[in-house]
Amino acid sequence: MTEADRPGGEVYRPSELQLRRERHHRRQTRRSVLVAAASTAVVGVLLVVAVTGSPGWERVHETFFDPEEAWRALPEVFTGLLLNIRLLLFCAAGALLLGLVIALLRTLRGPVFFPLRALAVSYTYGFRGAPLIIVLYLMTFGVPGLRLEGTPSVLVLGGIALVLTYGAYIAEVFRAGIESVHPSQLAAARSLGLSYRKSMRFVVLPQAVRRVTPPLLNDMVALQKDVGLISLAGPIDAIRAAQIATAQSYNFTPYIVAGVLFVLMAIPLVAVTDWVTTRAARRQSAEGAR
Amino acid sequence: MSAPPVLECAAVRKEFRGNLVLRDLDLTVAEHEVVVLIGASGSGKSTLLRCVNLLEPVSDGSIRLDGEHITDPAVDPDRVRRRIGMVFQGYNLFPHMTVLDNITLAPRRVHGRARAEAEAQAMGLLERVGLADKAKEFPDRLSGGQQQRAAVVRALVNAPRLLLLDEVTSALDPELVGEVLDLIRTLRDDGMTMLIATHEMGFARQVADRVCFLHDGAILEQGPPERVLGEPAEPRTRQFLQRIIDAGRL
Ligand SMILES: Nc1ncnc2c1ncn2[C@@H]1O[C@H](COP(=O)(O)OP(=O)(O)OP(=O)(O)O)[C@@H](O)[C@H]1O
Ligand SMILES: [Mg+2]
Repeated sequence: MTEADRPGGEVYRPSELQLRRERHHRRQTRRSVLVAAASTAVVGVLLVVAVTGSPGWERVHETFFDPEEAWRALPEVFTGLLLNIRLLLFCAAGALLLGLVIALLRTLRGPVFFPLRALAVSYTYGFRGAPLIIVLYLMTFGVPGLRLEGTPSVLVLGGIALVLTYGAYIAEVFRAGIESVHPSQLAAARSLGLSYRKSMRFVVLPQAVRRVTPPLLNDMVALQKDVGLISLAGPIDAIRAAQIATAQSYNFTPYIVAGVLFVLMAIPLVAVTDWVTTRAARRQSAEGAR
Repeated sequence: MSAPPVLECAAVRKEFRGNLVLRDLDLTVAEHEVVVLIGASGSGKSTLLRCVNLLEPVSDGSIRLDGEHITDPAVDPDRVRRRIGMVFQGYNLFPHMTVLDNITLAPRRVHGRARAEAEAQAMGLLERVGLADKAKEFPDRLSGGQQQRAAVVRALVNAPRLLLLDEVTSALDPELVGEVLDLIRTLRDDGMTMLIATHEMGFARQVADRVCFLHDGAILEQGPPERVLGEPAEPRTRQFLQRIIDAGRL
């Protein structure tokens, strides 16, 4: 049943004023679209003219945007990218798990757990400050240098370096989420007779995880870029493959190919992040409006 | 020998970093009795309720529940809290769970009852407070009065010996207050023992067996509502009530 044909009620007819308002809005919308299109076109043309008109364009065009080179490098770079993707999946899972465990260790109460808490705190302090490259070098060049039995491959060691570094950031994100849950929620859970641990598990943590999902996804986008740094340690990922191709032809196009593939790989993750973020923001404002 | 009172606070003292909130407070609540705490904002009503529920440690004195000394350091607070229901002021439902899950959390996770059994009991209680159709909703879809009634039901599932209610109507519009008051009156008629903090003198008058006026961390005056609210003996109580009348809340 619509507004207009309610039984007993007369048919709703918008007033002349409302009709005029709606016409005005439509006109405004049309104008905005036209202005946006025109200004986009102008900026686009200016950019193209500025770049292609520059004195070195010919040369840059040849060394960075050679379609033949791109086509030749694509298979190897793509094969390398598969390594990046695999590495990303493992590192993301590992870093999320490590971060969660560290954040939980920091919530433990009682003197027995002091060493665990201290360990968790020093870990987050240490690894949040350490540059990823240095951790990577230490793991991939330093650890094999020890010549221990059963040292894993450089790839695994590099993955561990990524997990250690990102785990520290992610632990802090989880901790912030746990702390953002209002203390009255914990009090309400305790008042029901739930133990501290059960209150954390059933009441605080689920709310915390929901809140930090958007920033966590953002960290995953950052991680997907940083898996490319593994190339510094030797494994043939997309960037390493591009480097090899470049060294053969003295043409930088393979790097562009790798870059474009990385961006394409990121697009779904970025889109999901945006979607989750807007949804969370909407839910937050709905909560605030209560 | 007669049974001990449900709640017995003796010389309870509570201090927050040098801020003395409760000073040697004595209070007894008998079985089936409804005691209402009134007093200015900051007089320590919430603090007292939180101490009784062991959410705050007392700085001195003792609290007994059915004769058991619950402020004894050897007592397991989780076990005590299962015998006390508490409804907090404002938003205390868990926003990530449906109303039904809110209510069945303690029966399932504390008492280890089966889901079906816990839900059947919860639905029975929701039915009684007229919220059965909201069981599967999340708290933010409920009106303030509905949320507060759901919170009362959640506090009731453990079949508590004592129900603590902190300003259960203060966050509500006047029309919604009635719903919650009706519920509390029903509970009183069922014989529930309650300790209630409130700013609503009309509410206090209607449900209280005894009204306690809290001032400066101690109970200055107590007695039947008609007497304490109608013809208070203490000038402080009169002052407090006058201020409330002036603010148009009586
Ligand atoms: N966790 C805390 N830490 C420090 N001081 C506190 C804490 N909780 C309460 N207080 C102080 O204790 C005093 C009493 O607070 P309480 O919440 O018990 O008052 P109330 O009587 O419930 O007031 P209202 O009617 O406004 O709810 C206040 O001065 C408050 O600042
Ligand atoms: Mg209070």
